[in-house]
Amino acid sequence: MLVLTRKKNQKIMIGDNIELTIVEIKNEQIKIGVEAPPHVKVFRKEVYDAIQEENRAASEMHEITQESLKGLSDLFKS
Amino acid sequence: MKVSTSRFGEIEVPDEDIIRFPFGILGFDNSSDYVILNDPATEPLRWLQSLQEPELAFVIIDPLRFRTEYELDLSDEDVESLELQSPEEAITYAIVVIPKNEPQKMTANLQGPIVINAARMIAKQVISTNSSHKLKHFVLDEMRDMMLARKKNEKPDLKLNRKQPPAKSHGGR
Repeated sequence: MLVLTRKKNQKIMIGDNIELTIVEIKNEQIKIGVEAPPHVKVFRKEVYDAIQEENRAASEMHEITQESLKGLSDLFKS
Repeated sequence: MKVSTSRFGEIEVPDEDIIRFPFGILGFDNSSDYVILNDPATEPLRWLQSLQEPELAFVIIDPLRFRTEYELDLSDEDVESLELQSPEEAITYAIVVIPKNEPQKMTANLQGPIVINAARMIAKQVISTNSSHKLKHFVLDEMRDMMLARKKNEKPDLKLNRKQPPAKSHGGR
């Protein structure tokens, strides 16, 4: 991993189009500005992690069979 | 092609039913090919079964089965990787988590929905940027709310009439 040390208002370029700016440094928190082309999606890593975790939970329902799903189908009919 | 699955045994999957996930499903990079198994008896719940991993299958649901609207803003990147020509080609599913002892508390993930280009059978788990799309939507609660709202909307005229005082009482203006 490349580690860069930056001060407030300094920037980092990723490729030709993505620009990160250190906007504010306050105690334990750092505000970062991201300028990127519209096709580049920017998310907090936690969002990815949470979806991955939710997928994992969904994949581990080994007790759910076709039969139990039929039973659950009735819940939608009421 | 013949595919072995842990839940359904060996199944026959016609080539045209194979859905390809070029990027996999988040956390499951080893599976790129899936099939949707829809049995009328389990509706609106369906299975998204991996063709590479017999044990890997997700329960999925069409979000419109428990809410009146689900609008998804796809990024240019998503549209491109799904090779979508028009929004009509896209089908959306949410992955469902069913808690072991409280199945009535099943939740659907609208933050990371599965979008399928039905014309080309390419799919992707996308990330919704809409802050009202959560990881856990209580499916049965939201469905009940949707039904109640529908019932209310069925008789809008009656409601209006009731609220309007009789015309004569306005006489002394």
